[in-house]
Amino acid sequence: MNEQNIRGLIEEVREGKLARRDFMTKMVSLGLAAPLAGHLLLNAGIAQAQTPSAYKATKRGGGGALKVLWWQGATLLNPHFATGTKDQDGSRVFYEPLASWDKDGNLTANLAAEIPSATNGGLSKDGKTVIWKLKRGVTWHDGKPFTSADVVFNWEYASDPATSAVTIGSYKEMKVEAVDSHTVKITFNKVTPFWATPFVGVQGMIIPKHLFEAYKGAKSREAPNNLKPVGTGPYKFTDFTPGDMVRGAINTTYHQANKPFFDTFEMKGGGDAVSAARAVLQTGEYDFAWNLQVEDEILVKLEVGGKGKVVVIPSGDIEFIQCNFTDPNVEVDGERSSIKTKHPVLTDPAVRQALSLLIDRASVQQFIYGRAGVATANFVNNPPRLRSTANKPEFNVDKAIAVLEAAGWKKGSDGTREKGGKKLKFVYQTSVNQPRQKTQAIVKQACQKAGIDVELKAVTGAVFFSSDEGNPDTYTKLYADLQMYTTTMNAPDAEIFMNQFCSWEFATKANKWQGRNSTRWSNPEYDKAFRAAEGELDPVKRAALYIKMNDMVVQDHAVIPVVSRPRARGANLKLRFSESGWDSDFWALQDWYREA
Amino acid sequence: MATSLSPNTADSVAEAARPKPISLAQDIWRRFKRHRLALIGMVILIVIVVGVIIGPWLWTVPINEIDFGSRLKPPSAAHPFGTDDLGQDLLARMLYGGRISMAVGIAAMLIAIVVGTIVGSIAGMSRGIVDTALMWMTDLFLSLPQLPLLLLIIYLFRDSLKKIVGPEVGVFVMVVVVIGGFRWMPVARLVRAQFLSLREKEFVEAARALGASRTRQVARHILPNALGPVIVAGTIDVAAAIIAESTLSFLGLGFPPDIPTWGRMLFDAKDYLDIAPYWALFPGMLIFLTVLSINYIGDGLRDALDPRRVLG
Repeated sequence: MNEQNIRGLIEEVREGKLARRDFMTKMVSLGLAAPLAGHLLLNAGIAQAQTPSAYKATKRGGGGALKVLWWQGATLLNPHFATGTKDQDGSRVFYEPLASWDKDGNLTANLAAEIPSATNGGLSKDGKTVIWKLKRGVTWHDGKPFTSADVVFNWEYASDPATSAVTIGSYKEMKVEAVDSHTVKITFNKVTPFWATPFVGVQGMIIPKHLFEAYKGAKSREAPNNLKPVGTGPYKFTDFTPGDMVRGAINTTYHQANKPFFDTFEMKGGGDAVSAARAVLQTGEYDFAWNLQVEDEILVKLEVGGKGKVVVIPSGDIEFIQCNFTDPNVEVDGERSSIKTKHPVLTDPAVRQALSLLIDRASVQQFIYGRAGVATANFVNNPPRLRSTANKPEFNVDKAIAVLEAAGWKKGSDGTREKGGKKLKFVYQTSVNQPRQKTQAIVKQACQKAGIDVELKAVTGAVFFSSDEGNPDTYTKLYADLQMYTTTMNAPDAEIFMNQFCSWEFATKANKWQGRNSTRWSNPEYDKAFRAAEGELDPVKRAALYIKMNDMVVQDHAVIPVVSRPRARGANLKLRFSESGWDSDFWALQDWYREA
Repeated sequence: MATSLSPNTADSVAEAARPKPISLAQDIWRRFKRHRLALIGMVILIVIVVGVIIGPWLWTVPINEIDFGSRLKPPSAAHPFGTDDLGQDLLARMLYGGRISMAVGIAAMLIAIVVGTIVGSIAGMSRGIVDTALMWMTDLFLSLPQLPLLLLIIYLFRDSLKKIVGPEVGVFVMVVVVIGGFRWMPVARLVRAQFLSLREKEFVEAARALGASRTRQVARHILPNALGPVIVAGTIDVAAAIIAESTLSFLGLGFPPDIPTWGRMLFDAKDYLDIAPYWALFPGMLIFLTVLSINYIGDGLRDALDPRRVLG
């Protein structure tokens, strides 16, 4: 299907000949991400279909306690500093963005009165300005009104490099101004086809100006409200123990009628995925559990308990192995893995190619992840046909040996290959998590056969995923040769997902390791393609650019994809919630309720 | 003649009437034998120790051979202890892990006992400021939050140690030192208390009156009498060290995750309790048996070493 056909279809939708849903299905089957397909219509001036809320409760409150388990507990509650899903989710309970992504990739308004489109004048033809109309009558938890000044402040706050916000990428290179008390105009420095990045989804949560104004810039980390959120969300903050517990109580002045359903909210952190699964599926102690990264065999067994079920949500998340391009064993100016160094071995493409051939993805899928992991050789995976067809997962020890031999890596006396005095010896780290340790064991065994010595290291999740600058074992520092974890695709567009390979995103001491590129791989051509995609208004060409970028990263083996990870969540059988693979689990927390 | 009665004869008569003189070690063994449970414990421990030492030579299945074709298989002739979910042979892993767990336990115990005895005896023998200072130090160590401190030590020294002696030995040395270094305080207190009471006893006074030096008093008279409780504390420490090692592995700070210590195997197996109970059963049982037999041995040794205890 070429560009012309797509445009034809869009016209049919506009004229009402083709149902919106059918168009989406067609596009998705063609390999366009649902959100991207949704965007085609949006850009053409066709309004988004709003997902009808399934909320059935008729009054606010009275639902008792909502107890959820996040086995990695939130460590701070400021969305602009949230480095992991846990922090984003913890913040999302109290803060809201202007709009969120539903499971089909449609925008749903939270603090916005309506979603900008060409028809309502929200989007300009040149792709440079967006006008958001804000919802009126919204108040912060402390009673102050929510206005456009707050929105503008969030842009000032996050885009100030001195603040070192994690969200800086979503707020750079644009100007945000208040048109009136409830209208905000974003002017991008250049053509921005995917305009729904600032103020949308997990990167877009809005913090109140009146509490954070004094802490913009270098003092950002000192704000008392980093740990005591005052937001607009359905639950008000009561207390917080970092890494352990987030508690909230019903917001009786929530801006949507009759919501929320629950009186209190409790988000327990810590523990491990299996006990979380057990607490929801088997004993029913908790209502919802995040990220059940557990062997499928165990999940099936626990579901027999009859208290809850596993919900598998399609997403772009991927479990992958990162190769460190800098030297983790040399310290330069107080940091290891400094971009001034080069990894003695992993910078050899043959070694990375061999590693990629030594990952038995099929077995990892079949014997470990089951429903929750699909073997893949691509970094961008969802939906199936957006996946580049150029890469196939391959497991072939003999071929890996041949590649290494050809590149001059010969077996030494101890069975480990070496070249020029450098040995093929790697430290391979990940978080403490059974499926990951098993994957490590499978990889290590194959590597041994090929003459690569792998030392396994498992760091407890609370440390590995923490944003603690002082800890050497965090994943952003990557003080190891190889590491494995899942990166989440929170925005339904690949732009933010793919920026983790851009040269300006290096995680360094200077940016407190907040940069997203922890492999420190870079390629000028990739940077160029990324910039081109950023400015490409035509969604079809844009998609092609992302496929090209995916291929660059994967074919250079900068990262080695293992399995694509549909999100597995555990939920009580009676809990009603709407899932989304494109946003925080709490994207529609206000709609959660329990059936009698 | 009146003097014709040979003194030799008289001597031999007296000798026949007196029980044969026995050494201290023989006496201890004689007393120890009477403690039936201790004896059983010792037999079991010897079997386990010999098993893990020579076992890997007899059972040569590799510990990390992944074979998905035979995953989660219950015990059979090919795999007497069954297999885990990667199809790795559990017997081979148990034997290998046993070496590490036992070595960690015993080495950590030795460190705890040696440090504890030295600190305790110095404190017990010296009066005044040295005693007070050492006890302050002991109290200080007792009041330190162990886990955060462990983390700190491990972060500080892990990488440098690894560079010197390699990952496995480095972790072993560190785990042993760290566990031992945090378990000497009870031993030190016990030893000091024993010393305080023993040094005032008549036999020590007698030794002192005979001109025995301080070192001799301690080494020959006080210490042997103080050892009973120390040995018991030591046996408990072996068990605690085996368990502490699994705690560290659990936090990702102990041995690399693919090294099968008993603690880690138990941890790996816990999620499969209802699918493959034998997987948890074997390491669990071995930890249990080891700890229990060591405790009984300690119990028996205490009885055997206690000079005041009258044999019934």
